Amino acid sequence: MNVRLYVWQRATAALMVPFVLVHIAVIFYATRQQMTAADILSRTHGSAAWAAFYTVFVAAVSIHAAIGVRNILSEWSPLGHRAAGWCAVFLGIVLALLGFHAVIALVLT
Amino acid sequence: MSALGTKHRGSALWLAAMIHRLSGLALAIFLPIHFFVLGLSFHGGAKLDEFLRWSDQPLVKFAEGGLVFLLTIHLLGGLRVLVIENFDWHDGQKRLAMFGATVSAVVAFIFLVRMF
Amino acid sequence: MSTPAQLSVSLWRGGNDGRYESYSVPRRESQTVLDVVTYVQRHIDQTLSYRFACRVGMCGSCAMTVNGRPRWTCRTHVAKVAASGSLTIGPLENLPLIKDLATDMAPFFEKWQQAKGVFAPSQTRAEPMARIRPDSAPRVAANAAIECINCGVCYAACDTVRWNSGYLGPAALNRAWTLVNDERDAGNPSRLAAIAASGGCHSCHSHQSCQEHCPLALNPTASIAGLKRRTAVAYLKGEIKA
Repeated sequence: MNVRLYVWQRATAALMVPFVLVHIAVIFYATRQQMTAADILSRTHGSAAWAAFYTVFVAAVSIHAAIGVRNILSEWSPLGHRAAGWCAVFLGIVLALLGFHAVIALVLT
Repeated sequence: MSALGTKHRGSALWLAAMIHRLSGLALAIFLPIHFFVLGLSFHGGAKLDEFLRWSDQPLVKFAEGGLVFLLTIHLLGGLRVLVIENFDWHDGQKRLAMFGATVSAVVAFIFLVRMF
Repeated sequence: MSTPAQLSVSLWRGGNDGRYESYSVPRRESQTVLDVVTYVQRHIDQTLSYRFACRVGMCGSCAMTVNGRPRWTCRTHVAKVAASGSLTIGPLENLPLIKDLATDMAPFFEKWQQAKGVFAPSQTRAEPMARIRPDSAPRVAANAAIECINCGVCYAACDTVRWNSGYLGPAALNRAWTLVNDERDAGNPSRLAAIAASGGCHSCHSHQSCQEHCPLALNPTASIAGLKRRTAVAYLKGEIKA
């Protein structure tokens, strides 16, 4: 890992600390209330706040997870750094696309 | 050198780093599935409800508890790294951080288990 | 007079395709692991290859893997590590093996060079001596790391070195840190660039095996953390490219 990847990795990590705490609180609340899909959607639908929150969260985690997986692949698998890098980019894109799709699903539709 | 040293791969800090890495890997594998499931609500809540009902079984709930545990411990492991890299070195801190991390993760886990 | 008790030791013999061989060595009071290896070479098998020099814990030449951990054999008492009655001695890990207990230290030293762990003078002898306060923060940081004698124990203990062949390793980076903090040194722009590249300080995962095993109680993890901060700041300021 070089300094550029390091900075992105640590910055997204630090950024996500409050996001993860809020998300855990949300999980506890939703499960305690035994919320159904309708309950969830009624809260998220049309909410700019939830949209903003989870859009940023998805972007950050896509970058963070991709770089982390790149490190694991280049150290623990026979792939070289470059191949590991491409796999990581692929993972990052998959996470971002699926994540943004989920945000749109919960907020817009 | 510490006369009390444990076999280095079993040392608290090495374990912390390993758990941090493995929990991150597990979460990275879980996330696409998580996003996919949430995306099922794209045309209304019916498919998502189907999933939520399916997930109401004990084994799935147990797995969900495991995921909360992984998320918490990955967060705390990451905080350990951020502290080591950005703050002054204190010899006692590392043991404390490890202890705090373990206790908190266990508490988080118990909390979740109480939900079910 | 009763015959002395015997100790059974396993020593690695041969190259990578070698194996452990057993020897019986008389137990002596205050015996060190180096004493044991020396006894085997002098009295049992002259073909055993191993390194040592000062035998008093100053030079770092005698580092080997003892019961799974890298240590200075001259400073390891048999009584402390062979309590279970068995002693297994192998060459240092993470380095190419020459023969038996002797490894090729060349990669270790090459990485020292790659990390630019070399002093780059900023003045000539014609100028007055630099005045450095010993209690200035950079000097304190440099002093905390400077006693490294490059024995290779930290390098052998580091799992990231094992997993990432390009990783410069704790000793090289620790050395670079002492120079980064040396106010007389002029090599920092290229040194920071070398350390910020792939395989540099950012590959460290803070396992802290280096710090745990260093016979001089140095802390390469802390040095590397300092390098991470310096390079990150330099990168954000545009002083180094990545």
